[in-house]
Amino acid sequence: MEVKLTVNGTTRSDEVEPRLLLVHYLREICGLRAANVGCDTTSCGACTVLLDGESVKSCTVLAVQANGRSVTTSEGLVADDGAMSAVQQAFRENHGLQCGFCTPGMVMAATSLLAENPHPTEQEVREGLEGNFCRCTGYHNIVRAVLGAAEKLSGDQTNTEVTA
Amino acid sequence: MIPASFDYEVADSAAHALSLLSEHGEDAKLLAGGHSLLPMMKVRLAQPAVLIDIARVGELSGIRTEGSEVIIGATTRHAEVAGSALLQAEVPLLAYAAAQVGDPQIRHRGTIGGSLAHADPAGDLPMALLALGGAVEVSGPSGVRTVAADDFFTGPFETVLSPDELLSAVRVPRGGDVPWGYQKFVRRANDWAIVGAAAYDGRVSLGNMGGTPMRALAVEEALRGGTSAAEAAAYAADGTSPGYDIHADAEYREHLARVLTRRALEGKTG
Repeated sequence: MEVKLTVNGTTRSDEVEPRLLLVHYLREICGLRAANVGCDTTSCGACTVLLDGESVKSCTVLAVQANGRSVTTSEGLVADDGAMSAVQQAFRENHGLQCGFCTPGMVMAATSLLAENPHPTEQEVREGLEGNFCRCTGYHNIVRAVLGAAEKLSGDQTNTEVTA
Repeated sequence: MIPASFDYEVADSAAHALSLLSEHGEDAKLLAGGHSLLPMMKVRLAQPAVLIDIARVGELSGIRTEGSEVIIGATTRHAEVAGSALLQAEVPLLAYAAAQVGDPQIRHRGTIGGSLAHADPAGDLPMALLALGGAVEVSGPSGVRTVAADDFFTGPFETVLSPDELLSAVRVPRGGDVPWGYQKFVRRANDWAIVGAAAYDGRVSLGNMGGTPMRALAVEEALRGGTSAAEAAAYAADGTSPGYDIHADAEYREHLARVLTRRALEGKTG
């Protein structure tokens, strides 16, 4: 069937099979490779993207379920001039990644978390990221990155995070 | 993993969903958040020929009060239940239970009706509804019937729902001042309960202590007879039939049931 989605701000139409998963739609049809297929069982969070501004695991959403809705991947957080979002920048500054496989999902989960709770405690960050696994176990710096991004965003009102 | 092929229909009303269900019969499955169904389809545990998407049916979503009850539409997502100021004030056990489901991404998609219809004996919502003494509204070709939580679950992943019926809403009693507790024992974040226990107003339910969520009736009877919470909790494993797996054997689950029931009766959460 034909679906019409807004992907990273651009509306597009594609003919898809109903069984096509959103993560495969994004990677193979849209050519957006930030969302990774990790566990493929709704556990690891590597495929996390925003659906109408909320974090979802795109291995467990059909592309047809996203019909008419807005999807944001980690690529979509980058400004037109190439500037990274506050969350992405904070991951770099805090060395919030090692091998990098989980990072796009972590960034999207953190972006959704901060949209819902702009001033999380460290505990709230850890619980907010419970759906994302880092198999390098680099959690401390990931949590530091999210707390750093929260601080940056609350101190810099001109820096508006993409949420949809 | 990619699900087997299926046809996809979008329902624009509850009546439309019911007519699509009648048309396609047992080959059809309802799809809302899809967070129980799609994982099963990916590993071929479920292979429906038709999916009927009810996620866009507005009348099936939302939270409102009606007399002494709060009514929650079946496609209301866990994040909405967990974050509802109304439920936090009037039915805090349900809001808390919804916040324990999976992780934030799963709670953004999964629905209360879907979790109940999926009827995982280790699930959060079935155990919570049973403790609350709630009910579900079931729409079918011949109208709407209300089924008490006590009568809804019939076996592992089985309920009284017929293939041509739709779980349309959930009814829970208002009771913001009623003492309650909720305990879920897990080894890993975002996992299912190895054992769970919920207590509300003298009712106690257990998760993952048998093929369905179940009442701890011996505990309730002891409480009615004036026994202290600590002593009544000793009966929590009576009448249960826990399984065993890599996480726990049956004896350990029985121990957990007693400990978690006591904590739930003491009003603890965790």
